[in-house]
Order: sequence, then structure tokens, then C-alpha cells
Amino acid sequence: MKRKSRGFLAVDILLIILMILPLVTGMVIKVLTTPPSEGVTFSGARVFFTISMPLQDLPITEAQINSWLIMISITALCLYMTHGIKVRPDTKRQLIVEWIVEKAKGLVNDGMGLYFAGFAPFIAATLALSAFSSLVSLCGLFPPTSDLNIVAGWAILVFILITYYKLKCGPVHYLKSFADPPLLTPMNIISEIATPVSMAFRHYGNILSGTVIATLIAAGLQGASRLIFGWLPDPIGEIPFLQMGIPAILSLYFDLFSSLLQAYIFAMLTMIYVSGGFPLELYEKRKQEKAKNKKTKNLEVV
Amino acid sequence: MLELAIGFILGCCALGAGVAMVAGIGPGIGEGNVVAKACEAIGRQPESKGSVTSTMLMGCAIAETTGIYALVIAILLIFVAPNILVNVLLRAIG
Repeated sequence: MKRKSRGFLAVDILLIILMILPLVTGMVIKVLTTPPSEGVTFSGARVFFTISMPLQDLPITEAQINSWLIMISITALCLYMTHGIKVRPDTKRQLIVEWIVEKAKGLVNDGMGLYFAGFAPFIAATLALSAFSSLVSLCGLFPPTSDLNIVAGWAILVFILITYYKLKCGPVHYLKSFADPPLLTPMNIISEIATPVSMAFRHYGNILSGTVIATLIAAGLQGASRLIFGWLPDPIGEIPFLQMGIPAILSLYFDLFSSLLQAYIFAMLTMIYVSGGFPLELYEKRKQEKAKNKKTKNLEVV
Repeated sequence: MLELAIGFILGCCALGAGVAMVAGIGPGIGEGNVVAKACEAIGRQPESKGSVTSTMLMGCAIAETTGIYALVIAILLIFVAPNILVNVLLRAIG
């Protein structure tokens, strides 16, 4: 295998630093700004400062800052993975990247059909952002996905996409789809609005419930270990023995499994809703008719 | 009297949260059914394990929705509602 040049290695190291630095920055911010507290406390995202805006003040919270830090980190990861790709792969990372891209394309082709093949980057980005946002709780940071505002933003984006693809067959068809059985029109409108709401609440509720349960169990274990080992002489009796190890096993489920599962489910639901709302056959029929009309018009002109 | 009123608000919020989480029964039964059927399907056709598993996870997520709604309402009742209600009470008293 050919040795890499010094410049290549330097760029590699720079990108790795750029990948890790945002997480370290987040941890430093968290350590510096967390007030000392006694016992169990739950709090939402901490508001760092507010920017005054004409309609309403814009608070800059921990969730937003962590979300931006994660975005920087993912960008650096992507740049690192795609650094120095060639037609004939000679690095391990290129093989990994090719595997990921092929998997994403296969997932989108299976789930959405060939018309939506261009959606692969969007779905992969959603998956990566969602997964990393939840997994950042492993570093002790506030996971942005346990703030409703962040996830609601993603869900609104998906809702806009759904509506855009439904409107492709013309506004009349879109409005008619609500009155499918005419009596159920209000129900159809409610279920249309419920889509983004349920997507946002599902993701946010799952991550938040994991955090709440993990915190409760950690606090309970502290109390239990004080109860059991409290009779030991002072410096040893103060150590919460039961808190060692047991929360880690729970974190395996709540942080690792649940985060990845929710990211997968969010991406899958995006695919299903966007491709399910789009009547492909009708759209192609319409397109053909339009083309035919154009042709006849052109012939008439000629 | 004011302490009694605030205590009543806090107690009712906690009770409401507890009652809201009764909705956890439904998704529990539903997800149990989903997983049981998925196990049966895998037992009948072991070669379709991958697609059955991914469909099962999707179905579980959809079935979970009502439980998550209840959870969100319970969390709001515990962490958000008491502050707002107590503030409303204090403002009404003046």
C-alpha cells in the first residue's frame, strides 16, 4: 500500500479535530453553565440568552447550540470519510462510505420507489442527524431531540414535503382528496394535521422518557445504596456503590438502542408519508395528457 | 388558605398525570400482539426474518403513539402545568 503524503495526513488530522472539537465545546459549555444542584432535578433546555425580535423574542437554548455543534461535527465526519476518494478505492474509509451510500440508496428504492430515488441524501441526512442528536447524550450533553422545538421543526419540514408532493397533481385533486368520503372531511383534515404532530411527539417523547427514567433510576439507586451501605465508616459509606454499572446497562437500552430505533423510525415514516401521499400513476397520466395537448396545440399553430 | 389552594393544585396535577398514564395499557397490549404475531411469522417463514423484523418495529412505533401522547401529557402536567396554574392563582388573588 502506498504511503500517504504529509499534506493528506495533515488534512486528516484537521478534520478529526474539527469532528471532536464541537463535542468538547458542548461539554465545556455544559460544565461551565450548569448551576450546582442538590438531588434530582429535571430541566428542559437551558436558555443562554435571548435575541430581541420584532414579533417575539428568540431564545437561544442549549438544544439549538448542541444541534449546531452536532451539524458541524457531522459535516466534518462526512468530509473526513470522503477525503481522498478515488475510482479504485485504496482506503478503508472509502469502502465504508460506499457501503453506507449503497445501503441508503437501497433503503430509499425499496421504501419509496424509483421516482423518489433522489431522496436518498435527504433520508440519509435525516437519519444521521437524528441518530447523532440522540446519541450525544452518551457524552453527557443535552440531546437536542429531547426538546420538542427541534423535532417539531423536522416534522414541519416533512409536512411541507408531503404537501408539496400532494399538490403536484393540482390543487383541485389535493382538495378533493380530503373529501374522499364526504362525511369524513373533518376527520381527514385532523388526520392530515396529526401527521407532523405525531411524528414530533413520538421522537421527542421516546428520547425524553428515556432521560427521565434514567435520571429517576440513578437517583433511586443513590438512595438505596445510602440505605444499604450507610452504616460503613464515613468516607466509604458516602460512595454510592449501586450507582456503578447498573445505569450503564440501562443507558445501553435508553440511549443506544432507543436512539437508533427512533432515528430509523423517523426516516422510515418520512419515506412512507412522502411516497404514500403522492399519487404517481395519476401524476404520470396527467403529464402524458399535458404533453399530448401541447403537441396538438403545436400542430394547430403549424 | 393559599397553601391549601396551591397544595390542591399540585395534588390534582400529580393525580392527573397518574391517570393519564393509564393509557400505557393499550400500547402495551397492542405491541405485545404485534411481537407475538411477528414471532409466529418468523417461525413459519424463517427466511423472511429481516423484512418481518423491520415491519414489526414500524408497527410498534405506530402502536406506541397513543402511549407517547399520554406520556407527553403526564410530563406537561408534572413539570409545566403547576407553575402556570399557581401563577394564574396568584394573579387572580392579586
